[in-house]
Order: sequence, then structure tokens, then C-alpha cells
Amino acid sequence: MSEYAVLEIWAVILVIAVATYLIRLSFIHLFGRINQVPPRVTLVLKFVPAAVLAALVAPQLVTPSPDVAEMVVDERLAAGIVAAAVAWWRGDVLVTILVGMVALWALQFGPALVF
Amino acid sequence: MTEDFKAGARDSIGVLLGLVPFALVFGIAADSAGLSTIQTVVMSAGIFAGTAQLVTVELIAANAGLAIIVVTGIVINLRMLMYSASIAPHFTEYGQRTRAVLAYFLTDHVYAMSIAEYAEEARSRNKRLYYLGLGVSIWLVWVATTVVGYVLGAGIPDSLNLMFAIPLVFLAILVPAIEDAPQVVAALASAVVAIAAAYAVAEFGLPQGLDLLIAAAVGIVAGVTAEEVTAR
Repeated sequence: MSEYAVLEIWAVILVIAVATYLIRLSFIHLFGRINQVPPRVTLVLKFVPAAVLAALVAPQLVTPSPDVAEMVVDERLAAGIVAAAVAWWRGDVLVTILVGMVALWALQFGPALVF
Repeated sequence: MTEDFKAGARDSIGVLLGLVPFALVFGIAADSAGLSTIQTVVMSAGIFAGTAQLVTVELIAANAGLAIIVVTGIVINLRMLMYSASIAPHFTEYGQRTRAVLAYFLTDHVYAMSIAEYAEEARSRNKRLYYLGLGVSIWLVWVATTVVGYVLGAGIPDSLNLMFAIPLVFLAILVPAIEDAPQVVAALASAVVAIAAAYAVAEFGLPQGLDLLIAAAVGIVAGVTAEEVTAR
């Protein structure tokens, strides 16, 4: 259990909610005053999805550690590679999730069933 | 017209399969951190950003300072500045009031899937209806499932590792979005830096979410550099 006053929790929630909304609104609101995106900005934006999504995924496929050799031996990384291959082949979110989850379960629970 | 809203709602189903366990876990975490039902619902409805919500609740449970919790929550969501800038050109045809509503639903998934759909010019979807189909569906399921998680408590076996569905969703969006070599460079650079930075954040107690921002920034710089080198 936490030790905050009720109002403190509410303040945290509301401040983050309002700030998050303003972040979301920022460029959507301002863009009407700029008719063309500068080429430099377009170039940067081209890489935003790939960079952000990769940054979200990578630390969840391994346990970040300085020992790279130990780090890459991970069922999640193997299942993630299988899922990435399926995503590349099919481009389907649902199929990617199903194959990725089954791959993870096979790697985690499979050996116990075989041996 | 409503066809486009329905198309968005239909396309949200794949994402929802990944978000449902996330929302359940958030609900359970909110309960164990001592939040009330109303606080939990307002968090999901108002912040509407899973990673930030989960980290906020974890910090509350750990009795972190209020300023640190607020700054961390905001830092994690700063990536949405990039989403806002990226999707803004598609909303210029709408008035400010419509844009104010659209902005509310801008999440990782709504952004990524809308951008992918807008790139399919042959389908000529109504942009805001498709976007709202995605956003409203995800919002409703997110808020409702949060409550289910809150009520259920810790009844779900951790051994099933359903949280793994979340990176799988990001992978399913990431992989088809990569169209050329510079984008591969951006993704790989970002992934490597993200792992190193996540280690540093955990090891040195740096602000959660800082790793994501650093990795994304390095990935973007790497991609732009690769683009300029290959164009030369």
C-alpha cells in the first residue's frame, strides 16, 4: 500500500492526463498554420515509427545485460524472431501474436514435455 | 462513410488481443498499489497510455516522490509529440474542434495503424472516421478491461506470460512499416541503444522512459545519416 494523501494521487493522475493530452494535441493543433512540412522534418519523421517501435520492443525480448552472449540466449528473443518473420511474411497482427505466443510457450514448456 | 469507422473498429481487433492482457495487468497493479476504482478508471480514460499508466502505478506502489512520478509519466508520453507531428498533415482538412477530439485518441496503436492505412491511397478511406473507429474501440476496451483486471485481482497465472503479447503487437506493426535500408538502420540502432539504455536505467536508477527517448533519438539520427549517405 502507498502512503499518499488521496488528493496527491488525484493530482498525479490529472497532471499526467492533461500533459499527455497537450502532447498529443501539440502538432495536430499547430499544423494548420504551416502548409508544408519542411523536407528536413519529413526526413526525420520517416524514421520515427521504426525507431520508437524498435525501442519499445527490443528491451522486452531480452533481459538487458552487459553480457551479450548470455543475453541473446532467451526464449523471448527466439519467439520474437519467429514472430518478426511471420509479420514480414503475413503482415497480420493477430497471426503474429498467435505464432509468437505459441513459439514462446513451445520453448518454455516444450522441453519439459519432451524430456 | 460509416464503413470507414467500422473498418477501423475491425482493424483494432488484432491490437486489442495484445492490449487486453496489458489492461488486465494494469488493473491488477492499480489495485495492489492501493488506488480506488474511480482513480483507476480515470487513469485509463484520461491518460489512455498503457506504458505510462503502468509505470505511474509502479512508482506509486514504490512510494516515489510525486514530482518524479509526474515527470516520468510525461517523459514516457513525450514520444507522442512525434506521433502528433507525423499524423498532423493528415488532419489539416479538419477544424480545430475536430482536431482537439482526434488528438485525444492518439496512442501508439491508433497512430501506427492509421498511418499505415493512410499510406494505402487506393483505399481512400475517410481519415477521421477510420481513426476514430480504431481509437474509440481501443479506448472502450482499454477502460473496460482495466476495470476487469482491477476486480479480478491477481487471478491470472503469470506462467502463461501473456504480457509477451505486447512486444508482439509492436513487432507486427514495426516489421511491415520498414520499407527501405535506412529504416532498417534506424530500427537496429534504436533496438541496440534501447537495450543498453534500459540496462543503464535499471542499473543507475535513471528515470524510466529516458531509455526509450534516447534510443528513439539515436535511431532517428542513424536513419537520417544512412539516408544521406546512400543518397550521395
